[in-house]
Amino acid sequence: MASLKKHKSQEMGLHDEVLTGRTQQVFFNPEESENFFYHDAYDVDFNKRTEIDAKNLDCREINDKIKNMMSKGYGTIVIKNPGSKHSVGVGILNKLNLIVDGSLGYFGIGSVDGPTVRISGRVGWSCAENMMAGKVVVEKNAGSCFGAAIRGGDLICKGSVGARSGIDMKGGTIIVGGDAGAFTGFMMQRGRIVILGDVGPNLGDSLYDGTIFVGGSIKSLGADAVEAEMTDLDVAWLKRKLKVSEIDKKVDFKKMTKIVSGKKLWNYDNLEPTERKGAI
Amino acid sequence: MAKKKTKKVVKKRKSNSSKDKGIKTAREKMIGQHIGYRYDVNLLPDYNRLTPFLKKYIEHMGWDDLNWLEDVHMGYEDGKPAVFDRNINGWVTTPPKLKLPKDQQDRDMIARELLIKFQMSSNHPLVTLKKAYKKN
Repeated sequence: MASLKKHKSQEMGLHDEVLTGRTQQVFFNPEESENFFYHDAYDVDFNKRTEIDAKNLDCREINDKIKNMMSKGYGTIVIKNPGSKHSVGVGILNKLNLIVDGSLGYFGIGSVDGPTVRISGRVGWSCAENMMAGKVVVEKNAGSCFGAAIRGGDLICKGSVGARSGIDMKGGTIIVGGDAGAFTGFMMQRGRIVILGDVGPNLGDSLYDGTIFVGGSIKSLGADAVEAEMTDLDVAWLKRKLKVSEIDKKVDFKKMTKIVSGKKLWNYDNLEPTERKGAI
Repeated sequence: MAKKKTKKVVKKRKSNSSKDKGIKTAREKMIGQHIGYRYDVNLLPDYNRLTPFLKKYIEHMGWDDLNWLEDVHMGYEDGKPAVFDRNINGWVTTPPKLKLPKDQQDRDMIARELLIKFQMSSNHPLVTLKKAYKKN
């Protein structure tokens, strides 16, 4: 314990806050000047454009180059010849316009917070895993676990996606222009999934919370997934979101099926409020 | 010397009722426990109620809508209005002088504004943490 007390983070009081469950202090003056970016974010200009040829680079070199370009103020970066390499474009915590001219392998654009990304080809499994904020548009199809554990932002696939899309998602929006595989929204905790096509078996299995909208047919619902009534706010939001998603498809939103949690498997019931807060 | 008479202070045992306040719905009665959320976590934002600050933020980020902020709502911590910051895994209480509107849509917009100001402030706890741990 003595060694713990010497720890830098202990001195800051961060551990006390978590352990005692005390409310965080307000560390800022609400009247202070407007600032829209993280403290150490790069000041980039969308009109400043550059290209990275990824043909002879590995994923680490590509990611380093992206960071380097952002530090020089480039706000639009085009990756040429991505060659379906894995883990490309991860950990971007900045506003940025990233264009991938081709396809990505697995875990592409993971853990991002802020960028707008366009991928002209396909993506492998777990695209935009753990995404916090921003917008990712995939022009063709995506593999399984599309948007696994995302916490925020808009993740769009204009084609079809594999199984377990939105697994464990805790926020954000996933929009699929085509069909989705089995166990879509598996253990979903919050956020929204919109599928304009058909969905495979066990949709929304064991979902704790969140909403799923389906335009086509549903093979079967998972445990505790139940149908709910569409509201005017849902329709208005869907109309707006489809415009944002850039999917050019005519949809009768009122005919869509809305799926929510029946809350019979709601394991949060057994948790103390302090434990519960970590899940929202 | 006579001993001073001292009153025995009998501490009243706190009942557990504070934990059970707010048991209203059939589901809560069944499990005998209040289900934490005092607001609708799935409430979609009403874009007619965007504040000027949020409009500016959307413009600065180059987005078309609230993006990740759609999931931000005004909640409660210890009975006080607060917004949850996922970056610190903790609640940020609203400034004491801030008068909140009754409508949840309006409250949520204020929560979003507050959270941006908190996260982007140079006094955010993660700024200090990053200074201490950042790899060069």
